[in-house]
Amino acid sequence: MKAENIDFNGELSHIQLDALKEIGNIGAGHAASSLSALLTKKIDMTVPSVQVLEFNEVMKLAGGAETEAVGIGVRIEGDVPGSMFFILPPHQANTFVVQLLGSNDNRCSSELRESALQELGNIITGSYLSSLADFTRLNLAPSVPVVVRDMVGAIVSAGLIERSQYRDDAIVIETLLEARGCHHEQVKGHFFLFPDPDFHEKLFPSLGLHHDK
Amino acid sequence: MKLAAAPDLLKTSGLGSCVGIVLFDALQSVAGMVHIMLPSSKSAKNQSDNLAKFADTGIEQVYKALIKEGAAPERIKAKIAGGAQMFQFSSTSELMRIGPRNIAAVRRKLNELNILIVAEDVGGKSGRTIEFDSSTCLLKIRTVHKGEKTI
Repeated sequence: MKAENIDFNGELSHIQLDALKEIGNIGAGHAASSLSALLTKKIDMTVPSVQVLEFNEVMKLAGGAETEAVGIGVRIEGDVPGSMFFILPPHQANTFVVQLLGSNDNRCSSELRESALQELGNIITGSYLSSLADFTRLNLAPSVPVVVRDMVGAIVSAGLIERSQYRDDAIVIETLLEARGCHHEQVKGHFFLFPDPDFHEKLFPSLGLHHDK
Repeated sequence: MKLAAAPDLLKTSGLGSCVGIVLFDALQSVAGMVHIMLPSSKSAKNQSDNLAKFADTGIEQVYKALIKEGAAPERIKAKIAGGAQMFQFSSTSELMRIGPRNIAAVRRKLNELNILIVAEDVGGKSGRTIEFDSSTCLLKIRTVHKGEKTI
């Protein structure tokens, strides 16, 4: 362990950036295929971006601090601690529920809708993280996903607390998933993976990269 | 940290476990707002120059800045909002209880500075957007689920 790890995150090497992108790719790729199987629809996925952003820029990227969103949050413990969120606008969460349950809003109870969303959370965060664990052969212990409908700032800041003890910026691995339906309905959601500050000590070596360049 | 004099507004959006603290001197119509994320600057793992994100140092900063702006220390009052617990994960690390800990730290610091909390809306599970009107000294709080209120 090196004391200067704290400064490490500001200057990721190209190889390390690529490795993080690949992680986003693998995780979101698996999540997309699970979602695709569930909805029997084609899911488009963007190439993940990896950025080091100030906290307020993270909020902007997620849609704006005050914007209402549905957030599915998972806390990851184990070798590479961190937080993960899948964030989608509320009307798209509804679209998803309608697609999954095959009925319109009025006919299903809010409890049923809630559990459908919970299930969405389970499937996509679960497939994201298990593919990551397979790929890195690291021990990742995710919590049960929690679904929250609230302001983006309030949701996302929960993932930045750990990091904020060290720095005022975060590593953001972001991927966009998009489902196209036949009636213009779309489900569009963002994955955000926020590794805790000391994540790279185990992560990069597990990928055969040394963190001290 | 932001300062304002009447008729300006002070606003911070999407508070979750963070706490928004407004200090104001109603007579001088000056106010300051700070948005804290963590209870104590002592928990910082490295030297941070962003003192505004900790309850202890953040409140201290606004307090001093207000006095510089002409506020009288004995007239300074506080309104606070935030400190929600957004997620209840099964693996409850100490940091996941950050909302309640932030609120406690804010109270402690305000008490230490002899600042009375005249109104508050803290805890719960909802995010808040807050807006302080420095001419009326009212704090408007908007939530997604429970609408708007003014304290």
